[in-house]
Amino acid sequence: MAEEIKKMKVTIDNITVEVPQGTTILQAARMIGGDVVPPAMCYYTKLQGSGGKCRTCLVEVSKGSEADPRPMPKLVASCRTGVMDGMEVKNITSPKVLDARNGVVEFLLLNHPLDCPICDQAGECHLQDLGYEHGKEATRYEFKRRTFEKHDLGPYIQLHMTRCILCYRCVYTADQVSNKRVHGILSRGDHAEIATYIEKSLDNDFIGNVIDVCPVGALTDKTFRFKNRVWFTKPVNAHRECKCCSGKVTLWQRGEEVLRVTARKDQWGEVEDWICNECRFEKKKVSDWVIEGPTHVSRHSVISQGHYEKLNRPTETFSKVHDGRKPKLLMDIHSVSEVNDPSIDLSAINGPATGKVFEQSKKQA
Amino acid sequence: MAQLTNRAKILAQKPLTFWESLYLPAIFKGMAITFGHMFKKKPTINYPEQKRPFSSVFRGLHVLNRDEAGRENCTACGLCAVACPAEAITMEAAERQPGEENLYREEKYAAKYEINMLRCIFCGLCEEACPKDAIYLSETFAPSDFTRKGFIYGKENLLIPHPVMEKEKFEMARGQREQQIKNK
Repeated sequence: MAEEIKKMKVTIDNITVEVPQGTTILQAARMIGGDVVPPAMCYYTKLQGSGGKCRTCLVEVSKGSEADPRPMPKLVASCRTGVMDGMEVKNITSPKVLDARNGVVEFLLLNHPLDCPICDQAGECHLQDLGYEHGKEATRYEFKRRTFEKHDLGPYIQLHMTRCILCYRCVYTADQVSNKRVHGILSRGDHAEIATYIEKSLDNDFIGNVIDVCPVGALTDKTFRFKNRVWFTKPVNAHRECKCCSGKVTLWQRGEEVLRVTARKDQWGEVEDWICNECRFEKKKVSDWVIEGPTHVSRHSVISQGHYEKLNRPTETFSKVHDGRKPKLLMDIHSVSEVNDPSIDLSAINGPATGKVFEQSKKQA
Repeated sequence: MAQLTNRAKILAQKPLTFWESLYLPAIFKGMAITFGHMFKKKPTINYPEQKRPFSSVFRGLHVLNRDEAGRENCTACGLCAVACPAEAITMEAAERQPGEENLYREEKYAAKYEINMLRCIFCGLCEEACPKDAIYLSETFAPSDFTRKGFIYGKENLLIPHPVMEKEKFEMARGQREQQIKNK
């Protein structure tokens, strides 16, 4: 005899929703959807124990519950606070919350290098979105930004510690998804950093998921490093038979080249299915995959600028209007342009392209 | 017909008067205007030898900027390409290797950078989008050419001369605007 799950009424920004007991405010807000959802940088639905670190999801509880209607004295982290029956929460309707969130964003950006022009996460970075929505135009910080000694995390994962916001998502991922964790957070306070204590590469299976989980550009795919900007690649849903994972991925293509493979993400930017390292780093050919079709990208994202989803490729009309005659002169774009040279296969290069790669193609031409 | 506005003029077609039907006075009047121009100041100039000053907001051919030490500013962030309404800009990035620090300012740089001047509409949005102060629209226009090939400008055409090694050329590429600001 299963006990009936108690439903609780919670009102977020004057919208009432009924949720089961034990739901957090953030989850309840996500059930409503839209603008009332607080942003979350560290909380991850699929990672147990995550949340409560970044403080971007702060909300005001103006009425604790039906039984105890007193408001909570301070703003609370919505990802870690459970709902109570009759609770009233204010997110975007509370100036206090918006003010606090602006402050949090300013703190997160305090030591952030703002090197978006060279960062591979740019375009799908949650910190970028957050800064765009809540950030100030300039920093008030007058001191030197902290820097770290560079750690090498092996051939697959690139670490940029200066970009890290210490959300701990990658630590939980390594604990809960991969079979062994070899990295963690060393030191404390301003010196806290993600590292392997003894220089060691991250190479156990499923560790590649830390790249997808990272909300900023601290952990990025080394096999995709500097190959292209995210918004110039074409996201395509694909799958393959894989022994260790679901094999459901998103391919990021340039023409027919597969520049990057990531897990599919839902509307909150969270991974739908974890994928293994083999799928992520070693299957960079179209023939390895069964392509399902273009990934849906929200039109608010810069990635949608290519309009691949509803792309109508124009057909050649020349022969149609000239009674079937083929054009006499056709210019091959590669004879005048050196960009996107067909002799260079960027997807075949492990790691970033260097000047040499492009020089060699010039000599051949 | 009733007029909607009072802007249209109604033409009255009357027969020519005696004075008008002589034609000659009208011809002399016209010729006086024609020959009068001979004694006026010539508006044409001998273009390549003489040049008119550009407007302070003139947008011409692009240059890729360098910093004071002569390192390339561009990091191939792609913002100019995504801002470009004519989709004229393409690029490919590469990682800076140890020993190339004097060539490129940051760890990523544009190994290939092309602007198709046939597509470019010289709107200057690339200049506005650039976060690295790397692309500018200069005070020159694209020279004419017989083939399309000549209009695809690569990095060798776009890069500004080295500010230390080729100082004079660099100053010239910076244009008159820069000098005018300096002289003030």
